[in-house]
Amino acid sequence: MEPFITHTGIGVPLKQSNVDTDQIIPAVYLKRITRTGFEDALFAGWRKDPEFILNREPYSAGSVLVAGPDFGTGSSREHAVWALKDFGFKVVLSARFADIFRGNSGKQGLLAAEVDQQDIELIWKELENHPGTQVTVDLEGRTVTCGSFSTGFQVDDYTRWRLREGLDDIGLTLRTEQEITDFEASRPAYKPATLPARTA
Amino acid sequence: MVAKASPENVAATVATAPAAEAVPRTLAEKVWQDHVVVPGNGAGDAQTPDLLYIDLHIMHEVTSPQAFEGLRLAGRTVRRPDLTIATEDHNTPTLEIDQPIADPVSAKQIQTLRDNAQEFGIRLHSLGDAEQGIVHVVGPQLGLTQPGMTVVCGDSHTSTHGAFGALAFGIGTSEVEHVLATQSLPLKPFKTMAITVEGTLREGVTAKDIILAVIAKIGTGGGQGYVLEYRGSAIRALSMDARMTICNMSIEAGARAGMVAPDETTFEYIKGRPHAPQGEDWDAAVEYWSSLPTDEGAAFDAEVFLDADELEPFVTWGTNPGQGVSLSDTVPVPEHFDDPNARAAAERALEYMDLTAGMPMKDIRVDTVFLGSCTNSRLEDLRTAAAIIEGRTKDENVRMIVVPGSARVRLEAEAEGLDRVFKDFGAEWRFAGCSMCLGMNPDQLAPGERCASTSNRNFEGRQGKGGRTHLVSPVVAAATAIRGTLSSPSDLAASESELQEA
Ligand code: SF4
Repeated sequence: MEPFITHTGIGVPLKQSNVDTDQIIPAVYLKRITRTGFEDALFAGWRKDPEFILNREPYSAGSVLVAGPDFGTGSSREHAVWALKDFGFKVVLSARFADIFRGNSGKQGLLAAEVDQQDIELIWKELENHPGTQVTVDLEGRTVTCGSFSTGFQVDDYTRWRLREGLDDIGLTLRTEQEITDFEASRPAYKPATLPARTA
Repeated sequence: MVAKASPENVAATVATAPAAEAVPRTLAEKVWQDHVVVPGNGAGDAQTPDLLYIDLHIMHEVTSPQAFEGLRLAGRTVRRPDLTIATEDHNTPTLEIDQPIADPVSAKQIQTLRDNAQEFGIRLHSLGDAEQGIVHVVGPQLGLTQPGMTVVCGDSHTSTHGAFGALAFGIGTSEVEHVLATQSLPLKPFKTMAITVEGTLREGVTAKDIILAVIAKIGTGGGQGYVLEYRGSAIRALSMDARMTICNMSIEAGARAGMVAPDETTFEYIKGRPHAPQGEDWDAAVEYWSSLPTDEGAAFDAEVFLDADELEPFVTWGTNPGQGVSLSDTVPVPEHFDDPNARAAAERALEYMDLTAGMPMKDIRVDTVFLGSCTNSRLEDLRTAAAIIEGRTKDENVRMIVVPGSARVRLEAEAEGLDRVFKDFGAEWRFAGCSMCLGMNPDQLAPGERCASTSNRNFEGRQGKGGRTHLVSPVVAAATAIRGTLSSPSDLAASESELQEA
């Protein structure tokens, strides 16, 4: 996973609250066997409408989603984060995130940054008045800047540390690889192995 | 802080150990503690997870493709292919298994598993192989599931393996990837719940009835956050096949896992299986396994009691596994539920199931009987059902499908002539797999079709869009196939003696 220090990209105002994971990626896309290439699935229902924000230039090239409160509620599908990342999003700003979504994001390098709703509304205004405005998200200083407006955001220390180090769950566990190796050496001989295969 | 042990203070620790060991522990705690690679920090909600070593990782074609792809994308490998095994089960056809799989999504999932197993050096039992079958039937049958192990699989019914006194639970796709890469998993400790079942089951009452009654009692969310330990004389008296049936459905009570303490029955089952320990290893293993049962005086976070003497055949009437009653009972009246959510759920369920409140469960006529799934498709289940139908006639309007849990179970059943009993009765004798448990392959219910099923989930559309499922034991399944309505063997005896008198 790429370390996340700071990111600058086009902001996309998504003026909806309670965007659940079914809307982020409808269930029919869960049958796929890949874990990339979900960009077409992102907000698939809404994108049927040509006027939907992600169908419009310059928002279609956006990488910072600025959403209403309670983003990512509903089913725990990890695909929701995959779809956002595949589309090109690096950051989602919202006043409140569903716990599981926030957890899934942190694990996969998508920054879910909490910003007060009144600030979200100021950013929305800026992005609508000046489509294509770049938003800069600085994980170091926990600040978000949009045009002349700047404010702070919240992200817990642990997630921030992981994002900055670019550590996914596996990378984190592998930092203790020596302990795993030591543990393996201490496993009793009677524990079964699948290989070499024995059959009846 | 615990100081890192040097050889000298190891001796000192051992010398003072009895005091520490005196704290009585549950089975689940023992298995957990024996697998901690790196302990977490802190306490309570703020506690960071323990890193737990995984002894056995079982895989199937549905939840593994993205895990393997994740490994590839990150340039990682499988740490312990020798602790990993895969089978094909969810999508496999149960007829004409030598033909290409017709459904492109099913075919693709299976082909992807084959390619991944090849690429990463993982043992795979493919369709047509004598060891192919439902993941949760194959592991125990090969002797790979043993007491005191940690077992995971990207499948919620992994709880089945807990019947051996293993800590076994389902995991999500990213956790599958995690286990592939590290053979370990960061986990927060679970709470423990004792489910004590004392007494003797009556004739015709089985492990399936115990677990359906447990779920009806504690509810589908009652086990949330817990590892259940099934104990008591009624559990001790059960065979391994029956204990697996119980542990299998722990997840339907919302629990993370279910366990039964290992005993002679467990050791007897494992002994001589392909991957059972041998020679000195066997002795060492049995010694360890014998130390696992919950210590006298160990505290559980919650306790539930069930009287086995009172239990009757249990069946579901609704659309979740907690909506069950005794077979001799009637379809519940929604207005009688105090809890408004339960009432609304009952109303919705009755509508979906097309049932009238108050009607006797035994008046419910079914179209199909499905004997199969990881809950009830092992040899004992097939024997039990065959013993009931042998020499009797199937209701002509009922179709009965028998799907052994594994190719090996099928072979063993055929060696005993069970296939002939089923065929003579008019049932379909199929090849192994998940089949109509979830209808990912062509074995599905038609809209409105009603099924008495030995599987574990009666959710709307689970066995096919619009299909209606009643969860039952193999005993009830067999009797129902004969009478055409939900029945137990005692109903058969009654109607047969009436016939004789007439
Ligand atoms: S038989 Fe049913 S419950 Fe068991 S693994 Fe297969 S689909 Fe899941």
